[in-house]
This record gives sequence, C-alpha cells and structure tokens, in this order.
Amino acid sequence: MISRWIAFIALILTALVLLPFVTMPVSEELTETAAYYLEKGPEELGAANLVTSIIVTYRGLDTLGEVAVLFFATTGVGLLLGKMGAREDKIHPASEILSTGASLLYPILLLFGAYIFIHGHLTPGGGFQGGVVIATGFLLLLLSQRVKKVNHTVMNLLESLSGAAYVGIGAAGLFLAGGFLDNRILPLGEFGRLFSAGAIPLIYVLVGLKVGTELSAILENMKGREPV
Amino acid sequence: MITVLMIVLGVMMIAGALLAVYMKNLTAAIIASGSVSLIASLMYLILAAPDVAMTEAAIGSGLTTVVFLYALSRMRGKKEEPRD
Repeated sequence: MISRWIAFIALILTALVLLPFVTMPVSEELTETAAYYLEKGPEELGAANLVTSIIVTYRGLDTLGEVAVLFFATTGVGLLLGKMGAREDKIHPASEILSTGASLLYPILLLFGAYIFIHGHLTPGGGFQGGVVIATGFLLLLLSQRVKKVNHTVMNLLESLSGAAYVGIGAAGLFLAGGFLDNRILPLGEFGRLFSAGAIPLIYVLVGLKVGTELSAILENMKGREPV
Repeated sequence: MITVLMIVLGVMMIAGALLAVYMKNLTAAIIASGSVSLIASLMYLILAAPDVAMTEAAIGSGLTTVVFLYALSRMRGKKEEPRD
C-alpha cells in the first residue's frame, strides 16, 4: 500500500517537472527549414502536396529507412511463422453476408488504394497509406476464404523488385540530378497535374506495391498457419 | 467549439484506453484499443494532418486490431485442444 502511494507521489512530481514543456509557448514564426520548404518546395520539386515533397525528397532517406524497418519486420514474422504447418482442416466456412460483402468491396478497396498512391503528390496520402488500404482489401479476401493460398513467389518477387527499384531511382538521382532520391531525374511537368513532380509518383507507386505486399504477407502468415 | 470537441474526444480516448486495460473479455478489450486509434485519427484530422490521420485509421484501428484478434484466436485454439 505504501509503495503504491510512493509511486503515485513520484508520478505527480514527474508531471510537475515536465509541466513547463507542455505549457511552453509555441513560437509563432516558422523555423528557417520550414520556411524554406514552404517557399521553395512547390517550384523546386513540383509536388502540389507539400507533405509528400518533404517525405519523399527532402527527407527521402528517412522514408527509405522506414520501408526497410517494415521489410525486416515482415521477414521476422515470416521466419517465425513460416516453419509452422498449414492449417487446413478446422476452418469454419464464411457466412453468406461476409462472402457477398467481400466480393463486392475488395475491387473497390484495391482501386482506392491504387488511387491513393498514384495521386500521392497531389492529395493527402501516399505509398504507405495506399499500400495499407490494398492490404485491407486482401484481408477481406482472406476472411471470406475466396483466397485459400497465396502465391508466395509472385508476392516476394513483386516486393523485392519494387524495393530494389526504389533504391535504384534514388541512386539515379545521384548521377542525373542533385543527390540521392532527388526527384528531378524526370521532367517536373505542369504543376498540379498527374504527370508532374518528376520521380515522386514513380517512387510512391513502388512504395505502395511494397507496403501492400508486405502487410498482406504478414496477414497471410498470421491467419493460415498453426503451430505444429 | 473545436476545443469542446477535442476535450470530448480526449475523454473518450481515455475511457477507451481504461476499458482496454480493465475489460475481462479480451475481444472487447481489443475492440476498445482499436477505438482509441480511431478517435486519435479523428483528432489528427481536426488538427489538419490528413496524412497522419489516414495512416492512424488504417494501421492503428484496422490492421493492428485484426492482427491482435488473429493472435487471440490462435491462443484460444491452443487452449481448447491441448497437445501432448
């Protein structure tokens, strides 16, 4: 009981110490980097969605790191669960409502995911979000048992190729433009059109494919197997 | 107006988080933790960060909930038929 009170008092003291950080007045002016991105971003990179131009180009290396983290996580899940035997016998058949709803919804979900990552440089969202929406469509297929088994060779090939092409485009920026992951290896095009912003749409399509196949592989590994 | 909405959403989030911890029924606890993510994505949208809101809604309340549910169902399946 006493130790609980001590923990409670320690919590309150920590909160009091951290309080100035919370109530600290936020500066009204932009920092130098933010002002640069806001002013020069649209004309330099040609992407209407400023968040995209920061994520894919100015801080593109961070995004590459995030994609790599996701790749390692998927590999770990596949390594842990891949050795287990496939579960065949005691799967309950999906209900009528679920299978009808899934067959109605999954093409729309796949289309929406593709829309999100193709328009990543114009509207909110991008490769990561589009990839997750595609994985959600795939999840519906798995739940309704319209797909029993996944062709792992095709999915692994798609994932590896899109990852390698992403790094390849980044390296091409080193030779043809200003630096690694510079998007000006392709013409910038007209601001705000679908074919604009140089290599950004290409990179986002690759990221979308990669994230979509990776998350689908995680879901498939979670569902279809059972410890032997 | 926005402030009131944010406070209501914040209270709902805390309630969801407490439910997720204290619920005896594990399925209900997983659903409660998913609802915390859903409300968080709504708050991101109000704070004008649609990119983050999309990620939070899809990953936090969608895929994570499903992965937790899969894990739970597999743990139950193991408990029902003990292996030797």
